[in-house]
Amino acid sequence: MTIVVSIFILGGLFFFAIGVLGILRFPDFYSRLHAAGKSDSLAAVLVIAGVALYNLQDLSLDNLLVSLKIMLIAVFIYVASPTATHALTKTALILGFEPWEKGNKRR
Amino acid sequence: MKLLRERTEKQRLGESLIIQTSVRLMVPFVQLFGLYVIVHGHYSPGGGFQGGVILGSSFVMLALAFDQKSSLRLMSERANAILGNTGAIIFVGVGALCAICGGLFLDYSALDVLIPLGPVEWRSFGIFLVEVGVGLAVMSIMVSLFWDLGSAGKMDEGL
Repeated sequence: MTIVVSIFILGGLFFFAIGVLGILRFPDFYSRLHAAGKSDSLAAVLVIAGVALYNLQDLSLDNLLVSLKIMLIAVFIYVASPTATHALTKTALILGFEPWEKGNKRR
Repeated sequence: MKLLRERTEKQRLGESLIIQTSVRLMVPFVQLFGLYVIVHGHYSPGGGFQGGVILGSSFVMLALAFDQKSSLRLMSERANAILGNTGAIIFVGVGALCAICGGLFLDYSALDVLIPLGPVEWRSFGIFLVEVGVGLAVMSIMVSLFWDLGSAGKMDEGL
């Protein structure tokens, strides 16, 4: 069980690290937001699943309820995070941020 | 890009369809979670203030995604004021009732004179009563602050 939990959490941390790398290295607002949204949806859910499994080590009704609540956070993130990314991107487009093209300077 | 701006200006009611749909999906769960935080305040992290802020933020979300009028339709200004004042009265009333029954202000164990549950039970239950009052008051203040500041006091269009 501990090995499975470790795989989940380490996998989540790996994707978070890649997301942070993308936020730091990508050239403009839209691609940075893309990296941030990806790490939000996959990595956060992996870490949350790992924590919920760790909580289930000795099975009882109380622990099952707590794990269910933890998984509800994942469902909430799945709904809320893409919406937030969508709102940010649309606002940036309306305010007139030009997307980056090859050969432009980094911003 | 120009086309997108024109389309957004032409669209009358609030934000885009994606945001409106997901807000409509999330608001009941946000309100349920706010009630959970208020009611569970004396066992787990949370309490009246935090739960009230979550409850109020659900109405703020509605006002941001649609417009202020639809938020006012779901929760009128009058009902909001009544709920907030009820919360304040619950808080002060429980505290004063404790003082009247012979304890200090907000010393819940004194309420044992009215309904004999035992002083320990009353301490737990009294905190619950006070937190319901705090939650109602905080929710009302959050929502009315947003309404007034967002529309410059005119209560019509909003942000």
